[in-house]
Formats: sequence, structure tokens, C-alpha cells
Amino acid sequence: MSIWEYANPKKFMQTSSWALPWVAGLALIALVTGLVWGFFFTPEDYKQGSTVKIIYLHVPSAMMAINIWVMMLVTSLVWLIRRHHVSALAAKAAAPVGMVMTLIALVTGAIWGQPMWGTWWEWDPRLTSFLILFLFYLGYMALWEAIDNPDTAADLTGVLCLVGSVFAVLSRYAVNFWNQGLHQGATLSMDKEENISDVYWYPLLLCIAGFILLFVTLVLIRTRTEIRARRLKALEARERMA
Amino acid sequence: MIALLLRDLRLAIRAGGGFGLGLAFFLIVVTLVPFGVGPEGGVLARIAPGILWVGALLACLLSLDRIFALDFEDGSLDLLATAPIPLEGVVTIKAVAHWLTTGLPLVLAAPAFGVLLHLEGSANFWLVLSLALGTPALSVLGAFGAALTVGLKRGGLLLSLLVLPLYVPTLIFGAELVRRGASGMETQVPLLMLAGITAACIAVVPFASAAAIRVNLR
Repeated sequence: MSIWEYANPKKFMQTSSWALPWVAGLALIALVTGLVWGFFFTPEDYKQGSTVKIIYLHVPSAMMAINIWVMMLVTSLVWLIRRHHVSALAAKAAAPVGMVMTLIALVTGAIWGQPMWGTWWEWDPRLTSFLILFLFYLGYMALWEAIDNPDTAADLTGVLCLVGSVFAVLSRYAVNFWNQGLHQGATLSMDKEENISDVYWYPLLLCIAGFILLFVTLVLIRTRTEIRARRLKALEARERMA
Repeated sequence: MIALLLRDLRLAIRAGGGFGLGLAFFLIVVTLVPFGVGPEGGVLARIAPGILWVGALLACLLSLDRIFALDFEDGSLDLLATAPIPLEGVVTIKAVAHWLTTGLPLVLAAPAFGVLLHLEGSANFWLVLSLALGTPALSVLGAFGAALTVGLKRGGLLLSLLVLPLYVPTLIFGAELVRRGASGMETQVPLLMLAGITAACIAVVPFASAAAIRVNLR
């Protein structure tokens, strides 16, 4: 039993069709519990009032926005090195999800920032680097759309993902240098003394788990769609040949 | 490789417009901005580094799609790919040729444009220095974008979407260097970062560009 078994589309389809309802169900449970708990059963912050509750959308989506790019980097590497089609299709399937996560993080941040900072948008390093990340997602998806041959598209987007990762990280630190931040530091970390209070922490944890599961669900669905579309194309091609 | 460089330069000059077009575009950008923001000298001098850098980016972008497209269409790119010199070398030479025809003229003409935007003497020095250090990175990264989109019919818009995010670090450090130099602050950090980014781009990015071209020629 190794992970490379799932490089076989058939095996992938079998396992994912079995796993999909479970993952989707868990995602739903975690999200609904986490959000309801977070929105209605946590106290209001003494400074931020009820606006603090946007954290249950903002933090998980921001985490996912970055981690989905990392996942695309890994799957692109797997495709470039081992030529497993499922891997390339998973990267393709993840990109729009990542883009939407980035957008959610930006929009919820703006909604929170309006009453708290008094502005919808600030050229703060974190905000700016998220905007740049959003552009990287757009470029990546546009390149997938533009190329007809699926293998060529997978190769080129893979290379773009590698180069883009380096420059996304570089931009992240360059903008740090360019402007001082308004955004608060990390709310969650393993090694700091003072973290977010437990009242907010547990529902937040549930929401993060929900977002991860939601992402897995969406990527599984989208990858399955891509594999089916690929099969359909192969069938059509065979039809034309006959 | 020298022969290839000379060929590319000759093509760029004789094909008409290649040499001066970027410069003319740069001039137009510099002319249009005062119409947009008003003619006060103080405002212009303050935003001049940014305008000149963004103008340099856009001027560089204009001629990117020609780096490989013509050679791809008439088949000479296939010949170059099978030639004894490595494709990475070909890509680098192409980027150098692109820089010599668009980047270098901008660097040389930048002081004149700086005067138009009321940039002071010392700031002009920093402007030239930052453009001279930064524009090679723009050309090398642009060659990467051009390599990705070389097989596409209408790659122009896509090319800018792919390449411009990659220009962000260079732009930040380049413009910051001019701003700091102009106001007499310490300039070592942006200077070193800018030079470092350019050096790393020249060293590493041609490998990615060559990989992209190999895929496109398959």
C-alpha cells in the first residue's frame, strides 16, 4: 500500500468515490458546528465587539489560500518528476479553490477592517502579498485555460508554479521591507506564550478543520470531473478514428 | 553565441521600431502622467521614481512576445534547440539581446526623463543605477514568460498576467532604492537586494525558460 497507487486513475476514482461522501459529510458537520458555535455561542470581544467573529471565516480561508498553493507546488513537482496525470489534474482542480479562498480572506478582511481600522484597504504587507498571491492564482488558471494540449498545459503550468512559488515568497518579504504593517501578528502559533483565548480557539479549530475538509471535498470532486472529461475526450477521439 | 546575439540585435534594429519603440512608449508614459496628476513639481518629483519604474516595466513588457514568437513561427527556434549550444544559453542570449534593445536605452535615457519629472540631480544618479541593476532581471523574467506563451495564438495579454507578478520584488527594491537615494537615507539594503535578485534571476530562470521551450517544441 503506497500513495503512488492513486496515480492510477481507476484506483483513484474507486477510492475517492468511496471517500467523498465521508469527507463531504465531515466537512459539513465541522463547518456548521464551528460556525454556529463561533457566531452565536462565543462572547463578544471587549474591544472589537461582534466583529471579532469574522475570524472564523478569515483565518481558515487565509490559511487555506497559502496551503493550497503549497499543495499545488507539491502536485506539480510530482507531475514533473513522475508524470502522474492525476497529480497534474489535482493541481488544476485546486487552483480555483485557492483563488476563491484568497478572495474570501481579502473580502472578509476588508469587511472587518472598515469598522476596526477605518479603511477597507490598506497597503499593508500581508494584505498586499495576498493580492499578489491572488494574481498568481489568476495567471496560473489563465495559462491552464489558454493551452489546448493537456500535457503541454500541465508541464507549462507546473514550471510556472515552481517559479511562481519562489517569487511569491520573495514578494512576501519584499513588501515587508516596503511598508510597515497594520495587520496584527499571528493569532495562532505553537510556540508563543500568549495566544487567542480558548473561548475563541476551539470553534476556530473546528472551522479550520472544516475548511480543510471542504477543500479536500472540492478538490476530489473537481479532480474526478477532470478525469471524466479526459476520458470523454479520449472516447470522442476514438470515435472519430473509427 | 556571439553570432546569435548579433543576429538578434540586427533583426531587432532592422525590423523597424524594435529599438526605439520601447523608448517612445516610455516617453509617452512620462508625458501622460503629469496630465493625470497635475503639473505641480513637488508631486511629480515625489512620484517620479515610481512612474519611471512602472514605465520601464511596461516598456519592457511591450516587446516581450517578440523574443521567441518570430523564431517559433519560421522554425528557427527548432534549429536553435537542436544546435550544439545548450538551449539555456540560447535563452540567456535572447534575454541579453532583449535587454540591449529595450533595457539599456531606457537606462541611458532615464536621466532625461527624470528631468522632465523634476527629479533632482542625486536622485537621477540613483535612478540610473537602479534601472541598470534591475532591468536585466526584467528581461530574463520576461523571456521566461515569453517561453511559456510562445505556442499560443494570442499570448500577449496572458503574457502580461504571468510576468507582471514576477516583477513585483524587482519593482519594490528598484523604486525603493531611488526613493531612499533621493531623500539621503541609507541605500545599502535595497541596493544589495536588487542586485541579488537580478543575479539570481540571470543564474536560475534561464533553466525554467529552456524547460518551457522544450515543452512547447515537443
